[in-house]
Amino acid sequence: MTALAALIRRDIRIALRVGGGALIGVLFFLTVVVLMPFAVGPDLALLSRLGPAILWLGALLASLLTLDRLFMADHEDGSLDLITMSRTPLELACAAKALAHWLAAGLPLIVATPVLGLLLNLDMVATGAVALTLLAGTPALTFTGMIGAALAVTLHRGGLLMAVLVLPLSIPVLIFGVAASQAVIVGPMTFGAPFSILCALSLVSLVIGPFAAAASLRHGLD
Amino acid sequence: MRLSGHGLRCVRGGREVFAGLGFTAASGEAVAVMGRNGSGKTSLLRLIAGLLVPAGGTIELDGGDAELTVPEQCHYLGHRDALKPALTVAENLSFWAAFLGGERGDAAATLATVGLDHATHLPAGFLSAGQRRRLSLARLLTVRRPVWLLDEPTNALDVAGQDMFGGLMRDHLAGGGMIIAATHAPLGIEARELRIGGVA
Amino acid sequence: MTLIDLANPTRFLALTARVLPWLAAATVILLAIGLYQSAYAPDDYQQGATVKIMFIHVPNAWLSMFVWGVMSIASLGTLVWRHPLADVAAKAAAPIGASFTFLALLTGSLWGRPMWGTYWEWDARLTSVLILFLMYLGLMALWRAVDDPSRAARAAAVLTLVGAINLPIIKFSVDWWNTLHQPASVMRMGGSALDKSFLIPLLVMAIAFTLLFVTLHLAAMRNEILRRRVRSLQMMQASRIAFSSDVAAGSRQENASKEVGAA
Repeated sequence: MTALAALIRRDIRIALRVGGGALIGVLFFLTVVVLMPFAVGPDLALLSRLGPAILWLGALLASLLTLDRLFMADHEDGSLDLITMSRTPLELACAAKALAHWLAAGLPLIVATPVLGLLLNLDMVATGAVALTLLAGTPALTFTGMIGAALAVTLHRGGLLMAVLVLPLSIPVLIFGVAASQAVIVGPMTFGAPFSILCALSLVSLVIGPFAAAASLRHGLD
Repeated sequence: MRLSGHGLRCVRGGREVFAGLGFTAASGEAVAVMGRNGSGKTSLLRLIAGLLVPAGGTIELDGGDAELTVPEQCHYLGHRDALKPALTVAENLSFWAAFLGGERGDAAATLATVGLDHATHLPAGFLSAGQRRRLSLARLLTVRRPVWLLDEPTNALDVAGQDMFGGLMRDHLAGGGMIIAATHAPLGIEARELRIGGVA
Repeated sequence: MTLIDLANPTRFLALTARVLPWLAAATVILLAIGLYQSAYAPDDYQQGATVKIMFIHVPNAWLSMFVWGVMSIASLGTLVWRHPLADVAAKAAAPIGASFTFLALLTGSLWGRPMWGTYWEWDARLTSVLILFLMYLGLMALWRAVDDPSRAARAAAVLTLVGAINLPIIKFSVDWWNTLHQPASVMRMGGSALDKSFLIPLLVMAIAFTLLFVTLHLAAMRNEILRRRVRSLQMMQASRIAFSSDVAAGSRQENASKEVGAA
């Protein structure tokens, strides 16, 4: 347990120090959301209808783009070799890294959501619903995105290839995340059903992600 | 304790690097792996460390902890230092001590041994290549592992650093440890030679 | 004392240490006068007391642009004249500029609330300020992303100047985008139409806020200079340890560090 706690602490510390990317994700989120009205027009009624979708898309892109370096940095400086060799199972180490990434880069997105909700003319209830669905859904994005990050290390390619690999995998999360938020705002569906599925997706990815990432890291070693 | 490999075969990118390679190292023994560039010195170390999968052959550690795999009882010191420039010297060391687990030594004393005790609070990014190597050596001392796998360990170390490191290796061997080192330069300790890849 | 003397960071520290208390005092006095005058300015016949937000909003909006101007000049200093204090000035100004821009956004949205019924409207003027705010944040992220300040300075200087050229274009595009969707902007503030009873407090506040910026900026520059000194002392400390423990191997160490530099 101390090993995992140490890994989480280290990754969060690096993310918050100079050169770390924790807050860049939030800035990216903000920029994407601000960009949208320029494309669809400043009509507040329209924006509040599209609001949950815009916020979800922004959060999805922000959390996936910052995942790119999840394993790459450790691979480049040789830390990944030692992590692989260590007595901590690689699956758990992967899960710890993903958790640290979510804490440093995912949570700030959720904290920023109310401010962005204001820009998109969402009321309190709607903003709350989006923030809640993001809280339930972003772990799924991080833990599925982790698979792509591991593949990126294996293939020595990052960036866009990873996005192309992972974005299709995150479609279910997007569907149920936006559906749950829309259910609160316009109905007619109940909030509970899509939200439960969203939580289920997160839980499933919590299990699958670390195993898939560890497997791809193990096979990609050289 | 005895670390041994039998009939090891390594294939990288479709090319056979070596085959039928065997070695043994008992407690207190060091093996210096020699050979020209590309003969597979690093590959052999990475095979033992479990970072490469052998195409054939076995690696065993007799008398080790039966619950642990061979790599879990090894320290691997590769070309890359596994240090984070944003973290301080002390943070880097304490992370690896906590993460690798097992018996732990005194971090402050270890840093003094490798000559970094005045830099504990500085970011590792401020260190020179030789100092980074010294910090990596500190990792070998804080966490006890019977087997040290060293890849060109004296790279970037100055004469004083090499002397210091020679002392550390002798202490490790005297304590019943084993060392497998890939090297071009003399290690500074008594070691059995293992030539691979034919004559240089 | 000429400009060349000021280029010396030590001289700069000594001079600003003497000037800063006076600047701070002047800022406080002017702010007090400005706030007093604003409080006793008459209410607007249409907007009532909410018009008084203007006395805070306008100076902040003015400074949000003024600071970018200051940073642009400093960036020119970095790129063209390689003035040693230029990138310190640019780096220190960015967070202050971002704060003023944020306050302009905040007061603008509070001011708009009674008129629009929402805290945010994609009004042309406010939207431009929002984009400016994003650019400030991006610039700060750039400064933070690179550990070595002298390396970050050039990149930030280029970005600042590109931003300075782009800002009018962005402003024009946003205005055009806005009129495309809604014919008239809600917020109107023709300077000439302002009554004298508004104009004088507004001017006082604008000067007071500008002084506030100068004070904060000089203080931030001092901090930045000191921070860089701490950094170089730390680097010296890191290498001195190597020298003291490897006196015999001095030349080898030197070669090693040269290699690191080349890499």
